[in-house]
Amino acid sequence: MRTLIFKEIDDLIIDSLGIVCFISFFVGGVVSIQTALNLTNPLIPKYLIGFATRQSVILEFAPTFISIIMAGKMGSFITSSIGTMRVTEQIDALEVMGVNSLNYLVFPKIIALLLYPFVIGISMFLGILGGWIAAVYGGFASSNDFITGIQQEFIPFHIAYAFIKTFAFALILATIPSFHGYYMKGGALEVGKASTVSFVWTAVTIILVNYILTQLLLT
Amino acid sequence: MIEVKNVEKSFGNAKVLKGVSTIFETGKTNLIIGQSGSGKTVLLKSLLGIHTPDKGTISFDGRIYSDLTPDEKRALRTEIGMVFQGSALFDSMTVEENVGFPLKMFTNKSTAEIKERVDFVIDRVDLKEAHHKKPSELSGGMQKRVAIARAIVNNPKYLFCDEPNSGLDPKTSIIIDNLIHEITVEYNITTVINTHDMNSVMEIGEKIIFLKKGILAWEGTKKDIFKTDNEAITDFVYSSNLFKKIRKAQNKEE
Ligand SMILES: Nc1ncnc2c1ncn2[C@@H]1O[C@H](COP(=O)(O)OP(=O)(O)O)[C@@H](O)[C@H]1O
Ligand SMILES: [Mg+2]
Repeated sequence: MRTLIFKEIDDLIIDSLGIVCFISFFVGGVVSIQTALNLTNPLIPKYLIGFATRQSVILEFAPTFISIIMAGKMGSFITSSIGTMRVTEQIDALEVMGVNSLNYLVFPKIIALLLYPFVIGISMFLGILGGWIAAVYGGFASSNDFITGIQQEFIPFHIAYAFIKTFAFALILATIPSFHGYYMKGGALEVGKASTVSFVWTAVTIILVNYILTQLLLT
Repeated sequence: MIEVKNVEKSFGNAKVLKGVSTIFETGKTNLIIGQSGSGKTVLLKSLLGIHTPDKGTISFDGRIYSDLTPDEKRALRTEIGMVFQGSALFDSMTVEENVGFPLKMFTNKSTAEIKERVDFVIDRVDLKEAHHKKPSELSGGMQKRVAIARAIVNNPKYLFCDEPNSGLDPKTSIIIDNLIHEITVEYNITTVINTHDMNSVMEIGEKIIFLKKGILAWEGTKKDIFKTDNEAITDFVYSSNLFKKIRKAQNKEE
Protein backbone atom coordinates (compact mmCIF):
# COMPACT_ATOMS: atom_id res chain seq x y z
CA MET A 1 0.00 0.00 0.00
CA ARG A 2 2.81 2.44 0.86
CA THR A 3 4.47 2.08 -2.51
CA LEU A 4 1.08 2.55 -4.20
CA ILE A 5 0.51 5.81 -2.35
CA PHE A 6 3.99 7.10 -3.23
CA LYS A 7 3.37 6.22 -6.84
CA GLU A 8 0.12 8.18 -6.85
CA ILE A 9 1.81 11.14 -5.17
CA ASP A 10 4.39 11.07 -7.92
CA ASP A 11 1.86 10.71 -10.76
CA LEU A 12 -0.76 13.10 -9.45
CA ILE A 13 0.98 15.70 -7.29
CA ILE A 14 4.62 15.94 -8.37
CA ASP A 15 3.82 15.65 -12.06
CA SER A 16 1.34 18.51 -11.80
CA LEU A 17 3.68 20.99 -10.12
CA GLY A 18 5.34 22.21 -13.32
CA ILE A 19 2.17 23.22 -15.10
CA VAL A 20 0.62 24.67 -11.92
CA CYS A 21 3.70 26.84 -11.29
CA PHE A 22 3.81 28.03 -14.87
CA ILE A 23 0.12 28.92 -15.07
CA SER A 24 -0.03 30.52 -11.63
CA PHE A 25 2.97 32.76 -12.18
CA PHE A 26 1.79 34.15 -15.50
CA VAL A 27 -1.90 34.41 -14.68
CA GLY A 28 -0.97 36.24 -11.46
CA GLY A 29 1.03 38.61 -13.63
CA VAL A 30 -1.87 39.18 -15.99
CA VAL A 31 -4.34 39.80 -13.16
CA SER A 32 -1.99 42.45 -11.82
CA ILE A 33 -1.55 44.15 -15.22
CA GLN A 34 -5.28 44.09 -15.95
CA THR A 35 -6.05 45.67 -12.59
CA ALA A 36 -3.42 48.34 -13.18
CA LEU A 37 -4.77 49.15 -16.64
CA ASN A 38 -8.27 49.56 -15.26
CA LEU A 39 -7.20 51.91 -12.49
CA THR A 40 -7.32 55.06 -14.57
CA ASN A 41 -8.68 57.31 -11.84
CA PRO A 42 -5.65 58.95 -10.16
CA LEU A 43 -7.56 59.14 -6.85
CA ILE A 44 -7.50 55.38 -6.46
CA PRO A 45 -4.32 54.35 -4.66
CA LYS A 46 -1.79 52.16 -6.49
CA TYR A 47 -1.70 49.61 -3.71
CA LEU A 48 -5.09 48.37 -4.94
CA ILE A 49 -3.18 46.43 -7.60
CA GLY A 50 -1.58 44.26 -4.93
CA PHE A 51 -4.86 44.00 -3.04
CA ALA A 52 -6.85 42.89 -6.09
CA THR A 53 -4.19 40.40 -7.15
CA ARG A 54 -4.12 38.85 -3.69
CA GLN A 55 -7.90 38.61 -3.47
CA SER A 56 -8.43 37.06 -6.87
CA VAL A 57 -5.52 34.65 -6.60
CA ILE A 58 -6.27 33.41 -3.08
CA LEU A 59 -10.04 33.33 -3.27
CA GLU A 60 -10.70 31.99 -6.73
CA PHE A 61 -7.83 31.61 -9.12
CA ALA A 62 -5.66 29.19 -7.12
CA PRO A 63 -8.29 26.99 -5.47
CA THR A 64 -11.00 26.93 -8.13
CA PHE A 65 -9.39 27.52 -11.50
CA ILE A 66 -6.31 25.44 -10.86
CA SER A 67 -8.69 22.67 -9.79
CA ILE A 68 -10.58 22.96 -13.07
CA ILE A 69 -7.27 22.65 -14.89
CA MET A 70 -6.39 19.70 -12.69
CA ALA A 71 -9.76 18.11 -13.56
CA GLY A 72 -8.33 18.03 -17.06
CA LYS A 73 -4.85 16.90 -16.15
CA MET A 74 -5.18 14.62 -13.11
CA GLY A 75 -8.77 13.71 -13.89
CA SER A 76 -8.18 12.45 -17.39
CA PHE A 77 -5.05 10.66 -16.19
CA ILE A 78 -7.04 8.90 -13.46
CA THR A 79 -9.96 8.01 -15.74
CA SER A 80 -7.80 6.76 -18.56
CA SER A 81 -5.46 4.75 -16.36
CA ILE A 82 -8.29 3.04 -14.44
CA GLY A 83 -10.37 2.74 -17.64
CA THR A 84 -7.47 1.05 -19.41
CA MET A 85 -7.20 -1.38 -16.51
CA ARG A 86 -10.92 -2.10 -16.93
CA VAL A 87 -10.84 -2.74 -20.68
CA THR A 88 -7.66 -4.82 -20.54
CA GLU A 89 -9.21 -6.96 -17.78
CA GLN A 90 -6.58 -5.91 -15.21
CA ILE A 91 -9.43 -5.10 -12.82
CA ASP A 92 -10.91 -8.56 -13.39
CA ALA A 93 -7.46 -9.97 -12.71
CA LEU A 94 -7.36 -8.17 -9.36
CA GLU A 95 -10.85 -9.41 -8.49
CA VAL A 96 -10.00 -13.00 -9.41
CA MET A 97 -7.02 -12.87 -7.11
CA GLY A 98 -9.39 -11.71 -4.38
CA VAL A 99 -8.26 -8.07 -4.25
CA ASN A 100 -10.95 -5.48 -3.57
CA SER A 101 -10.15 -3.60 -6.73
CA LEU A 102 -12.16 -0.44 -6.08
CA ASN A 103 -10.46 0.06 -2.76
CA TYR A 104 -7.06 -0.90 -4.16
CA LEU A 105 -7.29 1.64 -6.98
CA VAL A 106 -9.10 4.57 -5.41
CA PHE A 107 -7.92 4.70 -1.80
CA PRO A 108 -4.25 5.52 -2.63
CA LYS A 109 -5.44 8.35 -4.87
CA ILE A 110 -7.50 9.89 -2.09
CA ILE A 111 -4.53 9.69 0.27
CA ALA A 112 -2.18 11.17 -2.34
CA LEU A 113 -4.55 14.06 -2.92
CA LEU A 114 -4.40 14.99 0.75
CA LEU A 115 -1.24 16.75 -0.45
CA TYR A 116 -3.25 18.73 -2.98
CA PRO A 117 -3.57 21.81 -0.69
CA PHE A 118 0.22 22.16 -0.92
CA VAL A 119 -0.11 22.46 -4.68
CA ILE A 120 -2.71 25.17 -4.24
CA GLY A 121 -0.54 26.87 -1.61
CA ILE A 122 2.32 27.00 -4.12
CA SER A 123 -0.08 28.32 -6.74
CA MET A 124 -1.19 31.14 -4.42
CA PHE A 125 2.37 32.10 -3.65
CA LEU A 126 3.49 32.07 -7.28
CA GLY A 127 0.36 33.87 -8.47
CA ILE A 128 1.03 36.76 -6.12
CA LEU A 129 4.74 36.70 -6.92
CA GLY A 130 3.91 36.87 -10.63
CA GLY A 131 1.59 39.79 -9.95
CA TRP A 132 4.26 41.62 -7.97
CA ILE A 133 6.91 41.15 -10.65
CA ALA A 134 4.54 42.24 -13.41
CA ALA A 135 3.47 45.33 -11.48
CA VAL A 136 6.98 46.43 -10.53
CA TYR A 137 8.76 45.64 -13.81
CA GLY A 138 5.87 46.93 -15.89
CA GLY A 139 6.10 50.21 -14.01
CA PHE A 140 2.48 50.07 -12.78
CA ALA A 141 3.26 50.31 -9.08
CA SER A 142 6.24 50.44 -6.78
CA SER A 143 7.25 47.36 -4.89
CA ASN A 144 6.22 49.09 -1.66
CA ASP A 145 2.76 49.94 -2.99
CA PHE A 146 2.16 46.39 -4.13
CA ILE A 147 3.29 44.89 -0.84
CA THR A 148 1.12 47.32 1.09
CA GLY A 149 -1.77 46.15 -1.06
CA ILE A 150 -1.08 42.53 -0.29
CA GLN A 151 -1.28 43.28 3.44
CA GLN A 152 -4.37 45.48 3.12
CA GLU A 153 -7.56 44.36 4.93
CA PHE A 154 -6.22 40.88 5.35
CA ILE A 155 -8.94 38.50 6.60
CA PRO A 156 -7.45 35.24 7.90
CA PHE A 157 -10.76 33.44 7.36
CA HIS A 158 -10.33 33.88 3.61
CA ILE A 159 -7.34 31.56 3.78
CA ALA A 160 -9.40 29.01 5.71
CA TYR A 161 -12.20 29.37 3.17
CA ALA A 162 -9.78 28.81 0.29
CA PHE A 163 -8.32 25.69 1.86
CA ILE A 164 -11.70 24.24 2.85
CA LYS A 165 -12.67 24.53 -0.81
CA THR A 166 -9.37 23.00 -1.83
CA PHE A 167 -9.99 19.93 0.34
CA ALA A 168 -13.44 19.47 -1.15
CA PHE A 169 -12.00 19.79 -4.66
CA ALA A 170 -9.26 17.28 -3.86
CA LEU A 171 -11.89 14.75 -2.90
CA ILE A 172 -13.83 15.46 -6.09
CA LEU A 173 -10.66 15.15 -8.18
CA ALA A 174 -9.85 11.76 -6.67
CA THR A 175 -13.29 10.21 -6.82
CA ILE A 176 -15.31 11.34 -9.85
CA PRO A 177 -12.62 10.48 -12.44
CA SER A 178 -11.98 7.16 -10.66
CA PHE A 179 -15.61 6.14 -10.89
CA HIS A 180 -15.82 7.10 -14.55
CA GLY A 181 -12.82 4.89 -15.25
CA TYR A 182 -13.89 2.04 -12.99
CA TYR A 183 -17.41 1.65 -14.32
CA MET A 184 -16.65 2.17 -17.99
CA LYS A 185 -17.41 -0.44 -20.64
CA GLY A 186 -15.97 -0.99 -24.09
CA GLY A 187 -12.52 -0.57 -25.59
CA ALA A 188 -9.78 1.96 -26.23
CA LEU A 189 -12.12 4.42 -27.92
CA GLU A 190 -14.44 4.40 -24.93
CA VAL A 191 -11.49 5.12 -22.63
CA GLY A 192 -11.01 8.39 -24.51
CA LYS A 193 -14.71 9.20 -24.31
CA ALA A 194 -14.85 8.34 -20.62
CA SER A 195 -11.97 10.76 -19.96
CA THR A 196 -13.83 13.57 -21.69
CA VAL A 197 -17.11 12.86 -19.92
CA SER A 198 -15.28 12.56 -16.63
CA PHE A 199 -13.61 15.96 -17.18
CA VAL A 200 -16.96 17.61 -17.85
CA TRP A 201 -18.58 16.15 -14.74
CA THR A 202 -15.60 16.88 -12.52
CA ALA A 203 -15.48 20.50 -13.71
CA VAL A 204 -19.23 20.97 -13.32
CA THR A 205 -19.14 19.48 -9.82
CA ILE A 206 -16.22 21.71 -8.81
CA ILE A 207 -18.02 24.83 -10.03
CA LEU A 208 -21.24 23.91 -8.23
CA VAL A 209 -19.51 22.93 -5.00
CA ASN A 210 -17.56 26.18 -5.23
CA TYR A 211 -20.80 28.10 -5.46
CA ILE A 212 -22.40 26.25 -2.56
CA LEU A 213 -19.36 26.54 -0.28
CA THR A 214 -18.97 30.22 -1.05
CA GLN A 215 -22.61 30.78 -0.21
CA LEU A 216 -22.27 28.84 3.02
CA LEU A 217 -18.94 30.17 4.23
CA LEU A 218 -18.76 33.79 3.10
CA THR A 219 -22.31 35.13 3.33
CA MET B 1 -12.62 -31.74 -10.95
CA ILE B 2 -15.11 -29.01 -11.62
CA GLU B 3 -18.73 -29.97 -12.05
CA VAL B 4 -21.04 -27.59 -13.87
CA LYS B 5 -24.75 -28.36 -13.51
CA ASN B 6 -27.47 -26.65 -15.51
CA VAL B 7 -25.86 -23.24 -15.49
CA GLU B 8 -27.96 -20.44 -16.94
CA LYS B 9 -26.95 -16.82 -17.27
CA SER B 10 -28.72 -13.84 -18.84
CA PHE B 11 -27.76 -10.21 -19.31
CA GLY B 12 -30.96 -8.22 -19.45
CA ASN B 13 -33.14 -10.04 -21.94
CA ALA B 14 -30.28 -11.83 -23.65
CA LYS B 15 -29.92 -15.40 -22.45
CA VAL B 16 -26.23 -16.16 -22.91
CA LEU B 17 -25.94 -19.57 -21.21
CA LYS B 18 -28.98 -21.81 -21.59
CA GLY B 19 -28.43 -24.66 -19.14
CA VAL B 20 -24.87 -25.92 -19.50
CA SER B 21 -23.82 -29.12 -17.69
CA THR B 22 -20.41 -30.76 -17.90
CA ILE B 23 -17.40 -31.96 -15.96
CA PHE B 24 -13.89 -30.52 -16.25
CA GLU B 25 -11.37 -33.19 -15.35
CA THR B 26 -8.29 -32.93 -13.13
CA GLY B 27 -4.82 -33.19 -14.69
CA LYS B 28 -6.26 -32.59 -18.14
CA THR B 29 -6.63 -29.65 -20.49
CA ASN B 30 -10.37 -29.13 -20.88
CA LEU B 31 -11.29 -27.00 -23.89
CA ILE B 32 -14.38 -24.89 -24.39
CA ILE B 33 -14.75 -24.22 -28.10
CA GLY B 34 -17.28 -22.30 -30.13
CA GLN B 35 -17.78 -19.26 -32.29
CA SER B 36 -17.25 -15.75 -31.04
CA GLY B 37 -20.28 -14.74 -29.01
CA SER B 38 -21.26 -18.31 -28.14
CA GLY B 39 -20.79 -17.68 -24.42
CA LYS B 40 -17.31 -19.12 -23.77
CA THR B 41 -16.06 -16.15 -21.81
CA VAL B 42 -19.29 -15.87 -19.84
CA LEU B 43 -19.02 -19.55 -18.87
CA LEU B 44 -15.39 -19.12 -17.82
CA LYS B 45 -16.18 -15.98 -15.82
CA SER B 46 -19.01 -17.88 -14.15
CA LEU B 47 -16.50 -20.52 -13.07
CA LEU B 48 -14.33 -17.72 -11.72
CA GLY B 49 -17.15 -16.17 -9.74
CA ILE B 50 -16.94 -12.90 -11.70
CA HIS B 51 -20.44 -13.67 -13.02
CA THR B 52 -23.02 -15.30 -10.78
CA PRO B 53 -25.16 -17.85 -12.64
CA ASP B 54 -28.91 -17.20 -12.53
CA LYS B 55 -29.55 -20.92 -12.16
CA GLY B 56 -27.51 -24.06 -11.66
CA THR B 57 -24.44 -24.88 -9.60
CA ILE B 58 -20.70 -25.05 -10.03
CA SER B 59 -18.75 -27.27 -7.67
CA PHE B 60 -15.01 -27.42 -7.18
CA ASP B 61 -14.08 -30.94 -6.01
CA GLY B 62 -17.36 -31.17 -4.18
CA ARG B 63 -17.49 -27.58 -2.89
CA ILE B 64 -20.57 -25.93 -4.34
CA TYR B 65 -19.48 -22.34 -4.97
CA SER B 66 -22.81 -20.65 -4.25
CA ASP B 67 -23.05 -22.44 -0.87
CA LEU B 68 -19.66 -21.23 0.39
CA THR B 69 -19.27 -18.49 2.99
CA PRO B 70 -17.42 -15.35 1.86
CA ASP B 71 -14.29 -16.57 3.66
CA GLU B 72 -14.46 -19.95 1.96
CA LYS B 73 -14.98 -18.24 -1.39
CA ARG B 74 -11.91 -16.12 -0.80
CA ALA B 75 -9.92 -19.22 0.12
CA LEU B 76 -11.13 -20.97 -3.02
CA ARG B 77 -10.11 -17.97 -5.12
CA THR B 78 -6.51 -18.42 -3.99
CA GLU B 79 -6.64 -21.94 -5.51
CA ILE B 80 -7.55 -20.49 -8.91
CA GLY B 81 -5.15 -19.12 -11.51
CA MET B 82 -6.41 -17.19 -14.50
CA VAL B 83 -4.80 -16.26 -17.80
CA PHE B 84 -6.83 -13.47 -19.40
CA GLN B 85 -7.38 -13.01 -23.11
CA GLY B 86 -5.14 -9.93 -23.38
CA SER B 87 -2.85 -11.22 -20.59
CA ALA B 88 -4.11 -8.46 -18.24
CA LEU B 89 -0.65 -7.82 -16.83
CA PHE B 90 -0.40 -4.79 -14.56
CA ASP B 91 1.35 -2.28 -16.82
CA SER B 92 2.86 -0.29 -14.02
CA MET B 93 4.73 -3.30 -12.62
CA THR B 94 7.76 -5.24 -13.85
CA VAL B 95 7.51 -8.90 -14.83
CA GLU B 96 8.84 -9.92 -11.44
CA GLU B 97 6.36 -7.73 -9.57
CA ASN B 98 3.48 -8.99 -11.71
CA VAL B 99 4.34 -12.60 -11.04
CA GLY B 100 4.97 -12.03 -7.34
CA PHE B 101 1.81 -9.98 -6.85
CA PRO B 102 -0.55 -12.79 -5.75
CA LEU B 103 2.05 -14.02 -3.25
CA LYS B 104 2.67 -10.56 -1.87
CA MET B 105 -1.04 -9.90 -1.44
CA PHE B 106 -2.25 -13.26 -0.16
CA THR B 107 0.49 -15.17 1.59
CA ASN B 108 2.70 -14.30 4.50
CA LYS B 109 5.79 -15.52 2.70
CA SER B 110 8.98 -13.53 3.29
CA THR B 111 10.48 -11.42 0.52
CA ALA B 112 13.19 -14.04 0.01
CA GLU B 113 10.68 -16.89 -0.25
CA ILE B 114 8.61 -14.90 -2.72
CA LYS B 115 11.70 -14.14 -4.79
CA GLU B 116 12.64 -17.80 -4.87
CA ARG B 117 9.18 -18.90 -6.01
CA VAL B 118 8.94 -16.08 -8.58
CA ASP B 119 12.34 -16.99 -10.03
CA PHE B 120 11.24 -20.60 -10.20
CA VAL B 121 8.03 -19.98 -12.15
CA ILE B 122 9.66 -17.39 -14.43
CA ASP B 123 12.24 -20.05 -15.29
CA ARG B 124 9.47 -22.60 -15.72
CA VAL B 125 7.86 -20.51 -18.46
CA ASP B 126 11.30 -19.85 -20.06
CA LEU B 127 11.50 -16.12 -19.47
CA LYS B 128 14.92 -15.78 -17.88
CA GLU B 129 15.98 -12.41 -19.27
CA ALA B 130 12.79 -10.52 -18.60
CA HIS B 131 12.66 -10.13 -14.79
CA HIS B 132 12.93 -6.36 -14.71
CA LYS B 133 11.12 -5.49 -17.92
CA LYS B 134 7.71 -3.84 -18.09
CA PRO B 135 4.90 -5.66 -19.94
CA SER B 136 4.93 -3.05 -22.72
CA GLU B 137 8.51 -4.05 -23.56
CA LEU B 138 7.55 -7.68 -24.20
CA SER B 139 6.19 -9.46 -27.26
CA GLY B 140 2.67 -10.94 -27.13
CA GLY B 141 4.04 -14.43 -26.60
CA MET B 142 6.26 -13.29 -23.74
CA GLN B 143 3.34 -11.45 -22.14
CA LYS B 144 1.37 -14.69 -22.28
CA ARG B 145 4.22 -16.48 -20.54
CA VAL B 146 4.24 -13.86 -17.79
CA ALA B 147 0.47 -14.24 -17.44
CA ILE B 148 0.88 -18.01 -17.13
CA ALA B 149 3.66 -17.57 -14.58
CA ARG B 150 1.47 -15.22 -12.54
CA ALA B 151 -1.44 -17.65 -12.75
CA ILE B 152 0.56 -20.62 -11.43
CA VAL B 153 2.76 -18.84 -8.89
CA ASN B 154 0.47 -19.67 -5.98
CA ASN B 155 0.24 -23.39 -6.90
CA PRO B 156 -3.34 -23.32 -8.13
CA LYS B 157 -5.56 -26.38 -8.28
CA TYR B 158 -7.57 -24.80 -11.07
CA LEU B 159 -6.24 -22.90 -14.06
CA PHE B 160 -8.45 -20.97 -16.47
CA CYS B 161 -7.26 -19.52 -19.76
CA ASP B 162 -9.39 -17.27 -21.98
CA GLU B 163 -8.27 -17.53 -25.61
CA PRO B 164 -4.59 -17.98 -24.71
CA ASN B 165 -3.67 -17.86 -28.41
CA SER B 166 -5.44 -14.70 -29.41
CA GLY B 167 -3.00 -12.34 -31.09
CA LEU B 168 -0.23 -14.92 -31.36
CA ASP B 169 1.27 -16.42 -34.49
CA PRO B 170 0.54 -20.14 -35.08
CA LYS B 171 3.96 -21.31 -33.94
CA THR B 172 3.96 -19.33 -30.71
CA SER B 173 0.37 -20.47 -30.15
CA ILE B 174 1.41 -24.09 -30.21
CA ILE B 175 4.30 -23.43 -27.84
CA ILE B 176 1.97 -21.68 -25.40
CA ASP B 177 -0.63 -24.47 -25.70
CA ASN B 178 1.98 -27.07 -24.95
CA LEU B 179 3.35 -25.07 -22.04
CA ILE B 180 -0.13 -24.94 -20.50
CA HIS B 181 -0.58 -28.66 -21.12
CA GLU B 182 2.76 -29.59 -19.56
CA ILE B 183 2.05 -27.51 -16.49
CA THR B 184 -1.41 -29.06 -16.19
CA VAL B 185 -0.01 -32.57 -16.17
CA GLU B 186 3.05 -31.73 -14.08
CA TYR B 187 1.07 -30.18 -11.22
CA ASN B 188 -2.17 -32.14 -11.70
CA ILE B 189 -4.22 -29.00 -12.29
CA THR B 190 -7.82 -28.85 -13.52
CA THR B 191 -7.30 -26.60 -16.54
CA VAL B 192 -10.11 -25.03 -18.57
CA ILE B 193 -9.23 -23.24 -21.80
CA ASN B 194 -11.49 -21.14 -24.03
CA THR B 195 -10.52 -21.20 -27.64
CA HIS B 196 -11.78 -20.98 -31.18
CA ASP B 197 -8.43 -22.16 -32.50
CA MET B 198 -8.63 -25.61 -34.12
CA ASN B 199 -4.87 -25.99 -33.79
CA SER B 200 -5.26 -26.00 -30.03
CA VAL B 201 -7.95 -28.61 -30.32
CA MET B 202 -5.54 -30.80 -32.27
CA GLU B 203 -2.66 -30.19 -29.87
CA ILE B 204 -4.16 -30.38 -26.44
CA GLY B 205 -7.87 -31.22 -26.71
CA GLU B 206 -8.07 -33.91 -24.04
CA LYS B 207 -11.63 -33.02 -23.23
CA ILE B 208 -13.61 -30.69 -25.44
CA ILE B 209 -16.98 -29.09 -24.98
CA PHE B 210 -18.57 -27.24 -27.85
CA LEU B 211 -20.83 -24.29 -27.13
CA LYS B 212 -23.30 -23.05 -29.68
CA LYS B 213 -25.39 -20.01 -28.76
CA GLY B 214 -25.18 -20.85 -25.08
CA ILE B 215 -26.06 -24.51 -25.46
CA LEU B 216 -23.59 -27.34 -24.98
CA ALA B 217 -23.94 -28.87 -28.41
CA TRP B 218 -21.29 -31.58 -28.23
CA GLU B 219 -18.55 -32.99 -25.98
CA GLY B 220 -15.73 -35.44 -26.51
CA THR B 221 -11.96 -35.69 -27.17
CA LYS B 222 -9.79 -34.55 -30.06
CA LYS B 223 -10.06 -38.04 -31.53
CA ASP B 224 -13.85 -38.03 -31.40
CA ILE B 225 -14.12 -34.65 -33.02
CA PHE B 226 -13.03 -35.92 -36.43
CA LYS B 227 -15.41 -38.85 -36.36
CA THR B 228 -18.61 -37.35 -35.08
CA ASP B 229 -21.54 -36.71 -37.34
CA ASN B 230 -22.92 -34.03 -35.05
CA GLU B 231 -23.83 -31.33 -37.50
CA ALA B 232 -23.26 -28.36 -35.25
CA ILE B 233 -19.66 -29.30 -34.59
CA THR B 234 -18.74 -30.48 -38.06
CA ASP B 235 -20.11 -27.20 -39.32
CA PHE B 236 -17.78 -25.36 -36.94
CA VAL B 237 -14.71 -27.51 -37.45
CA TYR B 238 -14.91 -27.84 -41.20
CA SER B 239 -15.47 -24.23 -41.88
CA SER B 240 -11.78 -24.33 -42.80
CA ASN B 241 -10.55 -26.24 -45.85
CA LEU B 242 -7.50 -27.48 -44.01
CA PHE B 243 -9.65 -29.47 -41.63
CA LYS B 244 -11.80 -30.83 -44.43
CA LYS B 245 -8.61 -32.34 -45.84
CA ILE B 246 -7.52 -33.65 -42.47
CA ARG B 247 -10.88 -35.35 -42.01
CA LYS B 248 -10.60 -37.03 -45.40
CA ALA B 249 -7.08 -38.22 -44.65
CA GLN B 250 -8.11 -39.56 -41.24
CA ASN B 251 -11.06 -41.44 -42.62
CA LYS B 252 -8.80 -43.08 -45.19
CA GLU B 253 -6.38 -44.27 -42.54
CA GLU B 254 -9.04 -46.31 -40.80
N1 LIG C 1 -21.12 -8.24 -19.12
C1 LIG C 1 -21.98 -8.46 -20.14
N2 LIG C 1 -23.11 -7.74 -20.26
C2 LIG C 1 -23.98 -7.96 -21.27
N3 LIG C 1 -23.79 -8.87 -22.23
C3 LIG C 1 -22.68 -9.63 -22.19
C4 LIG C 1 -21.72 -9.45 -21.15
N4 LIG C 1 -20.73 -10.35 -21.34
C5 LIG C 1 -21.06 -11.02 -22.48
N5 LIG C 1 -22.22 -10.60 -22.98
C6 LIG C 1 -22.89 -11.14 -24.19
O1 LIG C 1 -22.88 -12.54 -24.10
C7 LIG C 1 -22.63 -13.14 -25.35
C8 LIG C 1 -21.50 -14.13 -25.25
O2 LIG C 1 -20.29 -13.44 -25.01
P1 LIG C 1 -18.91 -14.15 -24.74
O3 LIG C 1 -19.06 -15.15 -23.67
O4 LIG C 1 -17.93 -13.06 -24.49
O5 LIG C 1 -18.61 -14.85 -26.10
P2 LIG C 1 -17.29 -15.64 -26.54
O6 LIG C 1 -17.75 -17.03 -26.81
O7 LIG C 1 -16.81 -14.97 -27.79
O8 LIG C 1 -16.31 -15.54 -25.43
C9 LIG C 1 -22.35 -12.01 -26.32
O9 LIG C 1 -23.50 -11.82 -27.10
C10 LIG C 1 -22.09 -10.83 -25.43
O10 LIG C 1 -22.56 -9.65 -26.04
MG1 LIG D 1 -14.44 -14.62 -25.35
